[in-house]
Parts: sequence; C-alpha cells; structure tokens
Amino acid sequence: MTGSMILTVTIFLPMVGALLILALRIVGGAALAASASKPIAILSSVATLVVSLIALSQFDASKAGYQLVDFAPWFGGSSYKLGVDGLAISLVILTTALMPLCILQSIKSIEDRIGEYLIAFLLLETLMIGVFCAMDLVLFYVFFEGGLIPMFLIIGVWGGKNKLYAAFKFFLYTLLGSLLLLAALVYMSIVAGTTDIPTLQEGINPQTGALLFPPEVQTWLWLAFFASFAVKLPMWPVHTWLPDAHVEAPTAGSVVLAAVLLKMGGYGFLRFSLPMFPEASHLFQPLMFGLSVIAIVYASLVAFRQTDIKKLVAYSSVAHMGFVTLGIFSFNEAGIQGAIFQMISHGIISGALFFSVGVIYDRMHTREIAFYGGLVHRMPVYAALFMLFSMANVGLPGTSGFVGEILTMVGGFQASTWAAAGAALGVILSAVYMLTLYRRTVFGEMTNEKLFDINDLTGLEFFILGLLAISALGLGVFPSMIFDLTKASAMEVLRMVGQ
Amino acid sequence: MNFLADITTALPETILLVFGLVGLLLGAIGGDRISGLLRVLAAAALAAAAVTAFVQFGRGESVPAFASAVAPDGLYKATLFTLFAKGVTYVLAAFALFMSGGALKSSQMERYEYPLLITFGSFGAGMMLSANDLMTLYVGIETLSLSSYVLAAFRRDSLKSAEAGLKYFVLGALASGLLLYGSALVYGFSGGTSYAAIAAAPSSVGLVFGLVFLICGLSFKASAAPFHIWTPDVYEGAPAPVVAFFSTAPKIAAVGVLAHVMFNAFGTHTASWKMIIAIISALSMLVGAFGALMQNSIKRILAYSSISNVGFALIAIASGVEKGAAAVLVYMTLYVIATLGMFGGVLALRRAGKPIDQVSDLNGLVKSKPGMALGLLILIFSVAGIPPAAGFWGKLQVFTAGIEDGMLWLVLVGALASVVSLGYYLRLVWAMFVKPAKEPLDKTDISVAATVAITTILVFPVLTITIQILLDAAARAAGG
Repeated sequence: MTGSMILTVTIFLPMVGALLILALRIVGGAALAASASKPIAILSSVATLVVSLIALSQFDASKAGYQLVDFAPWFGGSSYKLGVDGLAISLVILTTALMPLCILQSIKSIEDRIGEYLIAFLLLETLMIGVFCAMDLVLFYVFFEGGLIPMFLIIGVWGGKNKLYAAFKFFLYTLLGSLLLLAALVYMSIVAGTTDIPTLQEGINPQTGALLFPPEVQTWLWLAFFASFAVKLPMWPVHTWLPDAHVEAPTAGSVVLAAVLLKMGGYGFLRFSLPMFPEASHLFQPLMFGLSVIAIVYASLVAFRQTDIKKLVAYSSVAHMGFVTLGIFSFNEAGIQGAIFQMISHGIISGALFFSVGVIYDRMHTREIAFYGGLVHRMPVYAALFMLFSMANVGLPGTSGFVGEILTMVGGFQASTWAAAGAALGVILSAVYMLTLYRRTVFGEMTNEKLFDINDLTGLEFFILGLLAISALGLGVFPSMIFDLTKASAMEVLRMVGQ
Repeated sequence: MNFLADITTALPETILLVFGLVGLLLGAIGGDRISGLLRVLAAAALAAAAVTAFVQFGRGESVPAFASAVAPDGLYKATLFTLFAKGVTYVLAAFALFMSGGALKSSQMERYEYPLLITFGSFGAGMMLSANDLMTLYVGIETLSLSSYVLAAFRRDSLKSAEAGLKYFVLGALASGLLLYGSALVYGFSGGTSYAAIAAAPSSVGLVFGLVFLICGLSFKASAAPFHIWTPDVYEGAPAPVVAFFSTAPKIAAVGVLAHVMFNAFGTHTASWKMIIAIISALSMLVGAFGALMQNSIKRILAYSSISNVGFALIAIASGVEKGAAAVLVYMTLYVIATLGMFGGVLALRRAGKPIDQVSDLNGLVKSKPGMALGLLILIFSVAGIPPAAGFWGKLQVFTAGIEDGMLWLVLVGALASVVSLGYYLRLVWAMFVKPAKEPLDKTDISVAATVAITTILVFPVLTITIQILLDAAARAAGG
C-alpha cells in the first residue's frame, strides 16, 4: 500500500468496532455484547470522526483533483484506490459527524438486540465512507451495493409493522438500478482497460488520444448510471421505495437514509455522469430538469396530504433532492455549488427532522399527525427546536436550507427559466406543508389526554438536536465554510462537463 | 513402460480408484462398523487426489494418455483446464464428506458404502473431465451418475429418498440415452470419437444434430433449464449430506465438462452451439430465479438457486473459449465454495434429530446460533453475487465475458434474474434474522461449523482481497 493511510483508517475504523462487538457477541453471548457494545460503538464512531477531521485538516481545499490518495493493486484493471476531493470530503465529514449522534440516539431508543444493531450500523458507516472515498469504479460499486445489506437488516429487524414490504422494496429497487450500473461498469472497464475513476473522467484513450466513449455510447452508459442514481437519490417516478423505507426504519436508520444514503445519488451524478459522459449529460438536461421540477412540485403536494409525520418528511426529502438534480444539471458554478451545499444542508436538516420525529415517537409510539397537537404547552424546548428545523426545511434565510435552494434556483434560472420557475413553486409549497405540520402538531389546544404528561427533551436529545441546530444555523450564516471546500471540485466538474 | 506413464498422468483418478476398490474389500470384511474410518480415509484420498491434480497443474502438464490403435489421440488427457476443475471438485467432495458425519449418524445412514460411493462418484467426475474422447466421457458420466442414483436413494427407510433415487435414475437414463445418441451421430458424421477428430471434421447438419443431443445430455447432468425438472425433486428427497455433495463437486464437474467439450471437441464449430448455450443460459437463470419464489422447502429453493447459478456460468461458456474459459472456472469455483458452506450449513441444521426442511424452520437462527447465522448470511450473499462477498467477482467475470462477446442481452437477463432471485435469498435472511425463534435446534456438528467457518472466511474477506490469485490461476487454466 502506498500513499496516505488516513482514508483507509477512516473507512475501516467503524468496521473494527463492529468486529469487536461481533467477537464479543459470539464468544460472550448476547448480554455481554449488549452492555459492551455501547461504549465500543460510541468510541469507534467518535474516533472515526476525529480521524476524518484530521484528514480534513490535511486536505488542501485550494487544489483541484484528488488528495490523500491511498493505493494498492487489486486485480485486473482495478485497484484499491482511495482519494477525496472537496465534494467527497464534505460528504465524508457529514457521515462521520452524524454517525455518533445516530448511535447515541439508538442506544437510548433501541432495546431489542442492541449489539447486533450497532454492528450493522458500524458496518454501514464503513461502507458509506467507502463510497465517497473510492477512486476506482469497482471499489465504488462494492461499497455502493454492499451498503444494501446492513440497511436491509436495520429496516428488517428493527423496523415498524410493515417492515417486510419496506425492506424488500428498498433492496430490490436499489439492486435493479445497481445491476444496470454494473453492466455499464463492465463495458467501460473492457473499453478503457481500467476502472480508475480519474482516468475514466478524462475520457481519453492515452494511446490514441481519441474519446473513450463516443456520444452514442455515452447515451446508453449515462442511462445505465442514471437508473442507479435516480433510484438512490430518489427521483420521481422511482421514489416510491423511500417513504416506505423511512416510515418503517428505526429513527437512526431514517436519519442515515435521508442524510447520507440519498446523497450517494447526487454524488454519483457529480462524480460519474457529468464528468464521464458530458455529451449525454447535455443531451438529457431537459429530461433532468423536467423530472426535477415534477419531483419538487409533485412530492410537495403529496407531502401535504400525508397523515404520518415520517412520510411527510420523506416526501419533503424527495422534493429537496429535486433541487439537487436541478442544480447539478444547470451546468454552472452556482448550480453545482448550490447542489453540493443543498446535499450537506439537507443531510443536517432532514436528519434533524427525523430525530425530532423520533423524540415524540419514542414517547407516544405513533407518528400520526392527528394524534398530536398543542405540544408547545408541554414541550417548549422541543417546540422551539422543531420550529427551527421546520423553518430550515422551508428554506428560511439564515438557515442552511435557504442557501442551497436559492443557489440551485439561481443556477437553474441561468439554464432554464421555466425549470427555475417550477422549482420556485416548490419553495412555496414546502412552506405550506411544513407550516401545516407544525401547526397541527405543536400549536393549538392539547386535546388528546394521552399527551398530558409528555415530557420535554432529555439532556441527550437536547444535545443531539442542539448540535444539529447550530450546524443548520452556522452553515446558513457562513455558507462559505462549504463553498471554500467544494469550489475547486465544482470547477473541476464544470471543466469536464465542458462549460 | 507406457502403462506406467499413463498411470502417472492419471494419478489423481488412480488414487481414487485404488482407494475405492480397497475400501470395498475393507467394507465387505469390516461392515458398517468401519464406516467412520472409511469416511476419514476417503476424505484423505480425495484430498490426496486434489493435491496431485494441483501439483500437476502447477507443473503445467498437458499430456494425453491411454493412446491405442483405436484411439490414437489418447482416451484421457490432463489439460490445465481439467486439472483445475478436477482439483476443485476433489477438494469440495472431501469437504462434503468431512462435514457429513453427524447427519449420517442421526438419520441411521452410517453405512460403509457412503464414503465409497462419494469416492466412485468423484472418480467418475474426474474421468469425464479428463476425457479426450466421447467414449471416456460417457463412461465417466455414467460412473458419476450411477453413484449419484444410489446416493439419492441412500436413505432406505424413506419413501421420499427412494422416490428421488428412482426419479433421478429414470430421467438420468433418458439423458444418458440422448448423450449416447448424440455421440453416435457425431461419430457418424465426423468419423471419430476423439475430441481432435470431431474438431477437425467439417461442419454438417448431422454433426449439428449430434451436437444438440450432446448438449441436451450434458445440460441434464448440469441441471440447466429446460433439463432441470429433476433437480428440485431429487434435492428434496435425497438425504441432506448427499444434497450438499450433489450441489458442489458434481456441479462444477458437470459445468466444467460442458465447457470442456464445447471448447475443445466443438471449438471449431462455435457458431453452431453458441446460441443454443446462450438460450439455455437465459432459461436457466430465469427458471431458477422465478421457480424458487413460491417454494417453502429449503431444499427446493436451493435446487432452484443452483439451476440459476448454472445459468450464470453458461453465460461464460456461450462467450466462447478465449473470453469465457477463465470466467467459467472463476464463477464455478467461487460458487461451489459458497454453496458448500451454505447448503452444507443449512442442511445440517437439525431439530430433535430431524433435519430441518421448511424456510420457517430457520426462524430466529441469529438468536440461537449467531455465528452460524452470520456465516450463512455472508454465504447467501456470495451465492447471490452481492459485493463485498467474493461471489460478486464471479458474476463480474461472467458479465465481462458476456459483454466482451457482445451478448449484452444475456447479461441483462442475468441482471434481471439476480434481482428476482434476491427475492428468495432475502427470504432466507429474513427468516434467520427477523422472525422470532422457534424451539431450539440441536447442537451443530463441529465438522459442519468448521466447514461453514472456513468457507465464510474464504468468501469474505480472504478471496475478496486476494481475488487476483484465483484469476491468475483460472487464466492459466484457460490458456492450457
């Protein structure tokens, strides 16, 4: 192995924790694993965060291209090659920062088989970080598809009533998209003789100087990649697995799903579709704009009609991911920077919203909107924080949600007035459903007797939500924290897509 | 001494044959009391045969043997391709035997014939792989088949086992008939039974007819659709350890022999069989994927899983010798390793002395046997070809071969079949991890636990990381 080891350590540190718990579980039995797993999981996820921050400190944001590269030969034209650019490292930090919070939350709310749960969670973390760090297409695919297994188990074992349907739908939907990606990947590796991502991004045969993938081939490859990323993101009309998966998943599972797993779709477009198939990306720009606007408007309308809080937040995620695709395919700096920012911001806000839903779900074991009402009388602190996250989700200036939405719309406007106008409609609609949700759950008289002795946030919940609130506000006020980090890679994407 | 040279070339099979005959004598004297001893000895003989095959593979020998006036090219030929396939076959057979002890004891099948039948079956598998002539091929296949029929019916007090054996025998005899008929036609139109003579013959309608019959017969042995009908019934009726054997050693041998015959004997007639194999491949993948969805019996599900996986291996065969020969070996090797652990592990689970049968019998396995459940999880995902388990590399190799050869449609059928078959693989996972536990299972035999552990660790992470070694070996085998 040559190069910097730091990414390898970041990726496999959670796995070490998982293996440790696993060894305890097999040798010492369930009871020992349950008690010992909690400190191990917290420790390994916090250590991962620390290592990833060290990686961030070694990262030079002013340079384009991949840094902290780690390399080892693997097989054929593929290698174990890791590296990050601004886009990747910001998503890595998002993952590693959210993970300790998820684990803290789970330790309190999951009672059944906590040891196994934490094993699955830590393995998921390894695979998620790996997706963002992989610089080889096969390695990327391994992490990308491998992540399905722990998530399937998290939804399946610790999910709600209808978990069978949700878990299978999640797995099979995503797998179908992935296999088309696999076919495209195989084709590309045959033509190019390598699966090295930077080489494929340049798209030029080093011997002849000719294009590796002529435009008509690009079209098909683009569609295959699209199948996978559109499901993952998710885009309308293949978004239907998401509300099911969200509703059935345990709180922390929903958080990870919304905050990180969905980002793999947007990351995929930015990392593969645009740089590798620029002609096809331009060709499909109208399609992507159309689907983005439909996603934004349609998902917002659907969200408004939901009676289940989690489902509402899930549809709002679909709508917000529409802004991401709108920004990405506007092929200008504002759009792409905005899309990346929107991904990070949505990671924080949707994560916070799912945590907030989890807070009342843990107390009342229902997510029916109609069940709640007047929470502000008993839970003032919760009401204040939930208000902040709702506003951030709507895109109120001063929160991170605003920056992402406005930039993607500015970018979209430069590319297509109609698309931006449609997206702007979504901003209004998001205010409609979020404020309605807030009014119906938090304000008004408390009529439901069961709610009378509901307690306000515990210290831990306040800690989790408080940190997320600070992040949402901090990024809203100082968005340049992200922009400085991702500018070089956004420009690099633009260079490769030919704008 | 020409004879001595021939024997040396065929040393792996000679070891098995000699042991089998000596074992028969010992068994006749000692009876069922020495069945445990014979099992150990047979596993050792198989291991020795495997080592010999791998040593020959390492030396890079590719020599014909048993040449005579009637068969100037030699009836037997040790090529790198067959040596590799044989080595893996013997290792798998040895492991299948090694892990069968507890199951045999609990269902009163501890008879001395068992290890000997496995030995003779493996000998047949080795002979058919090493055949350089349709006559040897037929005799090898029949040796394997006859042993298999008896093994399927080995549980004498069980009606289902007897039915499985009879069904297998009747249908197998039909397939053998087809095979013979095809051989006769091929002989008639090519003027020879040796692979070299067939390859040298000009293409003709009669030859193609013979080829089609040959493919039918060989596909039956490999349980590829539409010749798969026997598989679920035989797997369901046959005793569990026998199924673990059927689905591993003879499976890789059957697919290997199909590849070997197509690539060598009919290597010059590629255009005649390419599409046939491709269609058989597509059918197998789809039948295997859809057929298992509605099944509740674990053995039937596993049977369909093996049909589907043979279909994947056939993608590589259909891609032709240059692109597909290495891929078929990689795929089948990874497949049988994972299958041995998965079939062997699942089928060795017993409740109150009786082997489990329904998917629901796996419920809550993770609570009672967490290690076993985790191992099976990894093995199932390997068989399903989901990364990071090593089975994914096999799928990647066959897909690469298929796309390189321009058969994108077949690869897409494979992708579809993968998604559909996940439907039942996930059901097994679901039962083990999600469903509440039933009454406790019996203690796992140490040999089964060891086999599951070894195969699991091989599949992930060892082979995931060191896949290049297997790829190199397979490429070397394909080149020779």
